[in-house]
Amino acid sequence: MATAQKTFKQQLTKYYGFYTGGFVAFVIVLGILEAMGVTPKVLGYCFLVATIGLYAGIGVMSRTADVSEYYVAGRKVPAFFNGMATGADWMSAASFIGMAGTLYATGYSGLAFVLGWTGGYCLVALFLAPYLRKFGQFTIPDFLGARYGGNIPRTIGVVAAIICSFTYVIAQIYGVGIITARFTGLDFGIGVYVGLAGILVCSFLGGMRAVTWTQVAQYIILIVAYMIPPVWLAVKQTGTPIPQLVYGYQLQKITDREKVLNDAASPAGAKEAEVRKLLKDKAAAAEAALKDPAKAFADGKAAAEKRVADAKASNASPDDIKKAEAALAKFPKDADAAKAQWTKEKGLAARAGPVKAHAEAFAGADDAARDKSRRNFLALILCLMVGTAALPHILMRYYTTPSVKEARQSVFWSLFFIFLLYFTAPALAVLVKYEVYHNVVGGSFAALPGWVANWAKVDPTLMNISDWNGDGIIQLAEIVIGGDLIVLATPEIAGLPYVISGLVAAGGLAAALSTADGLLLTIANALSHDVYYKMIDPHAPTTRRLAIAKTLLLIVAVIAAYVTSLKPGNILFLVGAAFSLAASGFFPALVCGVFWRRANKLGAILGMSLGLGVCIYYMVKTYAFFGGVAANEWFGISAISAGIFGIPAGFLGVIIGTLISPAPSKDVQELVDHVRYPNLEGDINTQGT
Amino acid sequence: MQLTQKHQEYWSRNLKITALLLFIWFFVTFVVGWFSRELAGVTVLGFPLPFYMAAQGSLIVYVAIIWYYARYMNSLDIEYGVHEGEE
Repeated sequence: MATAQKTFKQQLTKYYGFYTGGFVAFVIVLGILEAMGVTPKVLGYCFLVATIGLYAGIGVMSRTADVSEYYVAGRKVPAFFNGMATGADWMSAASFIGMAGTLYATGYSGLAFVLGWTGGYCLVALFLAPYLRKFGQFTIPDFLGARYGGNIPRTIGVVAAIICSFTYVIAQIYGVGIITARFTGLDFGIGVYVGLAGILVCSFLGGMRAVTWTQVAQYIILIVAYMIPPVWLAVKQTGTPIPQLVYGYQLQKITDREKVLNDAASPAGAKEAEVRKLLKDKAAAAEAALKDPAKAFADGKAAAEKRVADAKASNASPDDIKKAEAALAKFPKDADAAKAQWTKEKGLAARAGPVKAHAEAFAGADDAARDKSRRNFLALILCLMVGTAALPHILMRYYTTPSVKEARQSVFWSLFFIFLLYFTAPALAVLVKYEVYHNVVGGSFAALPGWVANWAKVDPTLMNISDWNGDGIIQLAEIVIGGDLIVLATPEIAGLPYVISGLVAAGGLAAALSTADGLLLTIANALSHDVYYKMIDPHAPTTRRLAIAKTLLLIVAVIAAYVTSLKPGNILFLVGAAFSLAASGFFPALVCGVFWRRANKLGAILGMSLGLGVCIYYMVKTYAFFGGVAANEWFGISAISAGIFGIPAGFLGVIIGTLISPAPSKDVQELVDHVRYPNLEGDINTQGT
Repeated sequence: MQLTQKHQEYWSRNLKITALLLFIWFFVTFVVGWFSRELAGVTVLGFPLPFYMAAQGSLIVYVAIIWYYARYMNSLDIEYGVHEGEE
């Protein structure tokens, strides 16, 4: 067995080595084709078809009819490769495309996501991964069911797993739709189903086994795609090809520039203040008009008409008449349109503030605001970290290694591979910001940099630039940048050919698909394994178990795609909420299950329901989407960090429930010993088959 | 299945290293994070220290914590004879 595993690992290394080489060659060939005049749209299709075809190919090759292969890839995934698969599983479209944008917009406070989504792996390593591997079943509710006994803990686990994973998977499919639509020109709705086909071909045939080997392939694509543009940009700006090492100095220059732009005494700062004042006035006028929209509309229209009449009556120059007529033509058609326009203009106030300091921690007007910002920053980090250590689709990955020893090593590789992307994202944000602050701001509207002009034309939601004060010079307050632009436009900013833009899109697609794969599998497995096999029909033959598992996967996938195509709002909030929910619902019961022998069924039931209950209660009371108001907040903690109250409630529930009921049976206590020691003499065997 | 003295010792050593590493994790994340404004004057590689820690330093510490834990526990398994056989 040992030698077989070793040969297997060598083969894998060889295959993926060839694969990486092949992929690089593919990109080079496309680059040559581009130089020969192939259009970007064709290149986009090439990437889409080639990568989805590749994932499908791996899926077909990994098809299986074996239960252990289907659920846990036969438990023979070496630590290194499981780390890559976990990295792809973990890093979603939000990490790949959204993260750098968030960091660009929010500076220091956005780093809560970088910390939260990496530090959580310390908790996975120290509290869960090795013990779950020793337990060696198929799903996370499995552990809850075996450790605490009875169907109630398992059922709560299934419900929690489905809630967290489903909200999360919708965001992924949404990302797939956006990327496919952008790079091929297909409609968003069609993009969703094309992506879905890519996801299904893979997981449907081979379950965890196919998903694992596809995720390794996807990791390689996404990390290569993510790294190239910032490296190039760093060379262009500083001459050094290691962006992570040199961006501190760029950050210093940005900080100096921020001071100049905020200083109304300097020439550039005075211009900025002028634009900000225009924005502020416009917003104030819109706000005033909105107090009585019907009257404001009638007055505004009458005034515009009067100006045209006056101009004509006073024999003004044709130019002035034209101007007045144009202003009348631009005036909203009816009161509703006017209201919509004013509501939009009211939002300009958000742009009228001074430039935010990128590097400053907990910026705020006074000490109270700074303290609140600090509390929220740290609370969000804790929720994201604990949530990371409780998301079923990640924990499940540590069932697939050959041993406890490799499970421990595998957490290291997982975080290492995740770290590569997460410590590059802040660098990317700073480098792009440097470019905007130094090479765009202060330039002339007549000669916009190519990438600015290009993106402003392609997608005004990502890049919007207009000369507010009419001086022909670009001020920072005149630029609006959408978060996703940072990653998507970097290849152009760095002066790379379009083929690299296609590569970045393929990377984003890989990130979204790989996460969606893992999540869909988690949901379908919770239903087929935990609900059907463990609770409804424990004697079901293997073939029927697999048939049910695959049917459910299909149904869940279609439902998820349907919900996504409705474009539900507040996706980012829902993703954040999934972390708080997982942290409050799962973490206390899982950790106590290993570290507290006395913890029992009532404790688990009470802990999980109390944790989830407090978390949901807080979100509903404080988040506008559910009809809550921010005034209900405790200590000013925002709804996304509801877990900060849910986690202690969960632990309290486990402790109280346990202490008021008898200690668990001897069998359960033996199970605890069993998971604590990688190998015991006369040990019981819990490994699922 | 009866746990021996040795087994108890293995578990308590595991708890000790877990507690120690958890403390380091807590310190770099929450203690350093709490004092971010106070530490802003210190500069590393051109960064203000708090920004550096949140963007890079703490991440490196996390990777190191997990690496060390895996190494320590895998050798502890062998020392106490609870390692998995070659199967």
